[in-house]
Amino acid sequence: MTDALKLTGLSKSFRVGKRSFGAPWSYVHAVQPLDLTVKTGETLGIVGESGCGKSTLAKMLVGLLPPSTGEIEIEGAVLDNADPAIFGKRIQYVFQDPISSLNPRKTIRQIMEAPLRRLHRLGKAERAARISEIFAAVNLREEFLDRYPHEFSGGQAQRIGIARALAARARILILDEPVSALDVSVQAQVLNLLADLKQEFGLTYLFISHDLAVVEAVSDRVAVLYFGAVVEIGPAREIFANPRHPYTALLAQSAPEVGRPISAPENAGVELPDPLDPPKGCAFNERCAFATDRCRRERPALTGDRGGREIACFNPLDPAAEV
Amino acid sequence: MTAFLKLLARNRLALAGLVMIGIVVLLALLTPLLPLADPDVTRTADRFKPPFSEGALLGTDHLGRDLLSRLLWGTRLSLAMGLAAAIIAATLGSAIGIIAGYFGGRTDNIIMRGVDMLMAFPYILLALAIVAALGPGLMNALIAVAAVNVPFFARNIRGITVGIAHKEFIDAARLAGMRDREIILGEVLPNVLPVIVIAMSTTVGWMILETAGLSFLGLGSQPPQADLGSMLGEARSALITNPHTSIVPGAMILIIVMGINLLGDGIRDALDPRLKSGALSRPMAATTVDRQGAVPAARTDSLLDITGLQTEFRVRDRQYKAVGGVDLHVKKGACLGIIGESGSGKSVTALSVMGLVASPPGVITGGAVHFDGKDIVGAPYEVLRALRGRRVAYIFQDPLATLHPLYRVGDQLIEAIQSHESVPRSAARARAIDLLKSVRIPNAESRIDSYPYEMSGGMRQRVGIAMALANDPDVIIADEPTTALDVTVQAQILSVLSDLRRERGLAIIFITHDFGVVGQLCDSVAVMYAGRIVEQGPTGAVLRNPQHPYTSRLIDCVPTLGGGQRKLAAIPGLPPVVDNLPAGCAFAARCDKAQADCRAGQIDLLATGPDRRVRCLFPENVTEHSI
Ligand SMILES: Nc1ncnc2c1ncn2[C@@H]1O[C@H](COP(=O)(O)OP(=O)(O)OP(=O)(O)O)[C@@H](O)[C@H]1O
Ligand code: SF4
Ligand code: SF4
Ligand SMILES: [Mg+2]
Repeated sequence: MTDALKLTGLSKSFRVGKRSFGAPWSYVHAVQPLDLTVKTGETLGIVGESGCGKSTLAKMLVGLLPPSTGEIEIEGAVLDNADPAIFGKRIQYVFQDPISSLNPRKTIRQIMEAPLRRLHRLGKAERAARISEIFAAVNLREEFLDRYPHEFSGGQAQRIGIARALAARARILILDEPVSALDVSVQAQVLNLLADLKQEFGLTYLFISHDLAVVEAVSDRVAVLYFGAVVEIGPAREIFANPRHPYTALLAQSAPEVGRPISAPENAGVELPDPLDPPKGCAFNERCAFATDRCRRERPALTGDRGGREIACFNPLDPAAEV
Repeated sequence: MTAFLKLLARNRLALAGLVMIGIVVLLALLTPLLPLADPDVTRTADRFKPPFSEGALLGTDHLGRDLLSRLLWGTRLSLAMGLAAAIIAATLGSAIGIIAGYFGGRTDNIIMRGVDMLMAFPYILLALAIVAALGPGLMNALIAVAAVNVPFFARNIRGITVGIAHKEFIDAARLAGMRDREIILGEVLPNVLPVIVIAMSTTVGWMILETAGLSFLGLGSQPPQADLGSMLGEARSALITNPHTSIVPGAMILIIVMGINLLGDGIRDALDPRLKSGALSRPMAATTVDRQGAVPAARTDSLLDITGLQTEFRVRDRQYKAVGGVDLHVKKGACLGIIGESGSGKSVTALSVMGLVASPPGVITGGAVHFDGKDIVGAPYEVLRALRGRRVAYIFQDPLATLHPLYRVGDQLIEAIQSHESVPRSAARARAIDLLKSVRIPNAESRIDSYPYEMSGGMRQRVGIAMALANDPDVIIADEPTTALDVTVQAQILSVLSDLRRERGLAIIFITHDFGVVGQLCDSVAVMYAGRIVEQGPTGAVLRNPQHPYTSRLIDCVPTLGGGQRKLAAIPGLPPVVDNLPAGCAFAARCDKAQADCRAGQIDLLATGPDRRVRCLFPENVTEHSI
């Protein structure tokens, strides 16, 4: 199977603050150099806490942010200048906030037509035919086309967002928290729709979410991001059931679950790392119960184990799985 | 457009302005067609004829020219000049503002520096300087007035554009292949256009005045050509002897400027209800109460007892029954969860307790809220104010609702502490640091001097919780406080709240849509749908054996960890809109068990066991002896 998406050494740093005469700029390394492949037809889930670089990564993948280093290969072709208009035909983005991703002053038809006209230069009749086809696929009625975004509920607006992404005919969709603004009963509708569309159009998904249960339910593989780096990646079925990186374990224990008594899974005194002053060695070492001196000196690299998992940790859990 | 005109017409003053301006503009347009004397022909013999004299309805001026004719021609010129200046200023200024706001960074910096420099000059001095440099004359006065108004537009429009340029739909447009120019014209401009129109309608009056001012000083229109300013200027020397020569153009200026400003305010209100001027639309300090019927007594002796609470929103001729009769109570040290989808009335219920629902349009129309034995619905503002924050504190989903963006978080915490208690600043600061530590802010000692925008969303929320805890309240009402947070932070915050209620007997009402959170934190839970509680009971029992079909379908929708990749159950359809609720069960349209009876009439919340109540004719999981 070919790779839909191949990232090599991709990273992003932002310059922050003001420079006082001659002093060097400070940088926030939002995404550390990162290698990742997504196979065609796969759903790769990405989880991690806010500020860990999920959105930055996603924006680089669609060309909305130029990477600081590294390369993005989409369906075998390297895209090196960040130009959303070139990326747009191959990879599209579904936004977290369905309402604010639709221009309040445009009708749904105008919104749907933009990618057809700009990216595919379709004529009027072709556009109308394509829109009908897509609207049928996402279960939206065509009478919605002449209405304005504020007339829709969150779930409907998110369907429209998905329909717009499909209109570009991209085969890869970046879904950045696509259901976190939606109600649970509607969230399930949208997730099921995404699953159906994937089947129907042979799509590849990069599904970003902070909700572990949702990610587990939709993904084939899951990558756990911490502080701009992948710390663990593996099959969705196993990664939370049997985490090997201490941070993945912490995430899994923190997920609220009926019947489990409340307990703070980590010591309340622990401080979260400061992006302007990142910890030396493993970024997780200040929060990690298994940290050793080595963890405070060296940064662990992502290495594979027997179960098809990759972990960036010197002392992973469940050592039996080691190669 | 017709709706806009209707809105405009509803505003009497704006309508008056519209009529005034309409007449003036009509006269100005018709001037060339009217049988008027030549405005520029001097007839020294007929100087200073009083108004209503033969052949000169408004009299004549110092050169014997017909004042009526000069007035109409002058008005025509002044209006045209003012309008032209406004259009030029709005076009240039908006273009500058949009470019600065859209591209940001360097471009923005350079442009806005220039604009600031222009704005640093006193307005009229700048205009005078420009005319002085270019020489007097009509065109130059026009250029000067337009130029001094450009910065005003640039500033305002830039502000709006910055907000729009960061919206997701701009990114979406880029991904649809649109280029900067197309995005600016197609996506940004339509969104700023109303603001441009508003800004123009409120400034065109001033621009007419300014051009008149320049002409008055002899720098604008040159004799013999009349505009309102030059007419006034020429009449100046005869102000005492022949006041009518000044009054005629003066009155016209008054009419025009007043009419335009009234109309401008009306346009602003009609186009942008958020900017509405006037005290009428300012929210009241506490929610309006309009209770019909008797005030119900408390059903329990709990710390907080809500009985039959009804809150609705009155928007024009519609009534949105956001809360349709809710009974809840929470004891000291207990935690009550309210769960439901968006729009089910969770937040309005919570806000009604302390009269925090915005009025207008919110009105509490029934029920009672007993806090510590006293009904506080409709209590005087002083009573509510003393309770708010001190004894009943709120935590909102969006921490910016409680945090002011322009003050350091420490100062805000200290102010919250000192507002209900007189402690020295140093002690308050120490307590603020402790509070920040208790909600797990890293580096509390230095973070206390941060501004909210320097913190991540999770950190801001933790500060919001610290604010709520500042005065040791008895009840905390938390409205989705952890929804926007990460699981590890959420786990911390839940354990902080859980400890607080154990240690200090804090009563918590926790609003959420997450069954996991309710299951972990709350003793009892109320499920809301379309403004009503549909099921209520001890958390464990409700989650294990949901009795209302809605509860049970909703629980099925939620994926739980460990289930693997799968298809999720979904509830078809959407919740009903609360201004038009169906007669019977509000869930009937989405319920797979609905019968004709379900749609027949009101269904009550009935007990199905100790502490358990359900609003359904065909409840599930009800064993016989539990009824
Ligand atoms: N324009 C910017 N300038 C400076 N720092 C930035 C900028 N955008 C993002 N960052 C920083 O980059 C890091 C990653 O941010 P990003 O938005 O990708 O996180 P995220 O995982 O998507 O978080 P969330 O779930 O809250 O959206 C954070 O430390 C953030 O503060
Ligand atoms: S490398 Fe060390 S500090 Fe980092 S997660 Fe592994 S054990 Fe913990
Ligand atoms: S009353 Fe009828 S329609 Fe309503 S939830 Fe019960 S069974 Fe369904
Ligand atoms: Mg994000």
